[in-house]
Amino acid sequence: MNLLDTVLRCVATLVVFLVLPLVIGQTEHKVMAHMQGRLGPMYAGGFHGWAQLVADGVKFAQKEDIVPAGADRRVFQLAPAVSLLPYLFVLLAIPVGPDGFVGQAIDAGLFFVLAVMGVAVIGKLMAGWASANKFSLLGGLRTAAQLMSYELPMVLAAASVAMAAGTLSLPGILDAWQWYWLPWQIIGGFVFFTAGLAELQRPPFDMPIADSEIIFGAYTEYTGLRFAFFLLSEYAGILVVSALTAVLFLGGWHGPMADQLGWLWMLLKTFALAFVVIWLRVTYPRLREDQLMRFAWVALVPLALGQLALTGIIKVAIA
Amino acid sequence: MEGQHAAAVAADPAVGSGYFDAYAATGLLAVVGVLFVAVAFTANRLLRPVVYSPEKLLTYECGVDPVGEDWAHTQIRYYVYAFLYVIFAVDAIYLFPWATVFAAAGYGAGTLIEMFLFIGFLAVGLLYAWKKGVLEWT
Repeated sequence: MNLLDTVLRCVATLVVFLVLPLVIGQTEHKVMAHMQGRLGPMYAGGFHGWAQLVADGVKFAQKEDIVPAGADRRVFQLAPAVSLLPYLFVLLAIPVGPDGFVGQAIDAGLFFVLAVMGVAVIGKLMAGWASANKFSLLGGLRTAAQLMSYELPMVLAAASVAMAAGTLSLPGILDAWQWYWLPWQIIGGFVFFTAGLAELQRPPFDMPIADSEIIFGAYTEYTGLRFAFFLLSEYAGILVVSALTAVLFLGGWHGPMADQLGWLWMLLKTFALAFVVIWLRVTYPRLREDQLMRFAWVALVPLALGQLALTGIIKVAIA
Repeated sequence: MEGQHAAAVAADPAVGSGYFDAYAATGLLAVVGVLFVAVAFTANRLLRPVVYSPEKLLTYECGVDPVGEDWAHTQIRYYVYAFLYVIFAVDAIYLFPWATVFAAAGYGAGTLIEMFLFIGFLAVGLLYAWKKGVLEWT
């Protein structure tokens, strides 16, 4: 029953999509609390506040849904879903273990995930524009500018891996992966991860939602479940960017006893990267808007081009 | 129609044998995703209170009444980045088909020179933009 099989894979993807971002969110509560020498949420659920995010979800679901009178109603209401769902599609294409342990192997998988991730930003732009709020519009424009600057180094870094592997299929890339890719592609890995962070608007690249300047950027007018969707999309984004970096640059499921424990290695690498994402949030101050733009064009793009040259030379030399 | 759909999902999803077969699962996932959103908002509709008031529907602006009309001038500083991005992104797209074959037997050094031409073009473009002050803020 192949239809049943496909349905199961889709449902499994949805479950992963709903559970792992919450785990990352809870980890963020705790890691930030420990790094800042405080407790964090401790009461919900009894043990170290493990149910805090569930409680938050219940709270969000019960809150009144407000669409400002001046807003473009349909677009405003649609934006959170447009921002959230692309990450679900990306998860479908990410290989978890060897021998077809993947939601769905897609031939042009690398291209697919990069394209789909760009759609999430459109959701944020929709929110910024449709809110009819000055802060939202500024936030939306900053989001768009940030996407345009950081998408390019991200695509170039990903292309470097495609060159090394000679395929665009994500499982195919992992099949071709060798340990020496780790040092070989490390510049590309840095560029990809950094650009991914910027695309998620995570600190230190959180200028589009800088609370001290423009309230909460494109999300300023949102309440209740729609607001929760935006928050969930941020954590799903962390999951997706971490998982993609793990697949492309850290060898995904490769590791000791990969045949049995491949999925565990993949999870460990993904969560280690997610931890770094949280760590960076606690460590670095926000980049100013012009610094943000300069950093992409002056640092990341040349680095990515350099990585392309390096990949090309070595690949032809060993081919 | 039914037969086509059955054929589309007949291929093993793990192998992704047919080019478009793989996207059948994507389509199915789209249905799952839309269902998830629909269920979430239906539940939300049942759970949430609805107590509208004109003040609540006002656009938020630091706690005071919104100022100004719906037409305003502002300096958009990012449009040059948009141009740059479009140019570079179109170039970058061509990398992907090339990347999968460039090291195949019979290509070798020739494609490598092509790649340096490509990177050279991008680098010159970037240097030009830099020199013209596009990357400066003021």
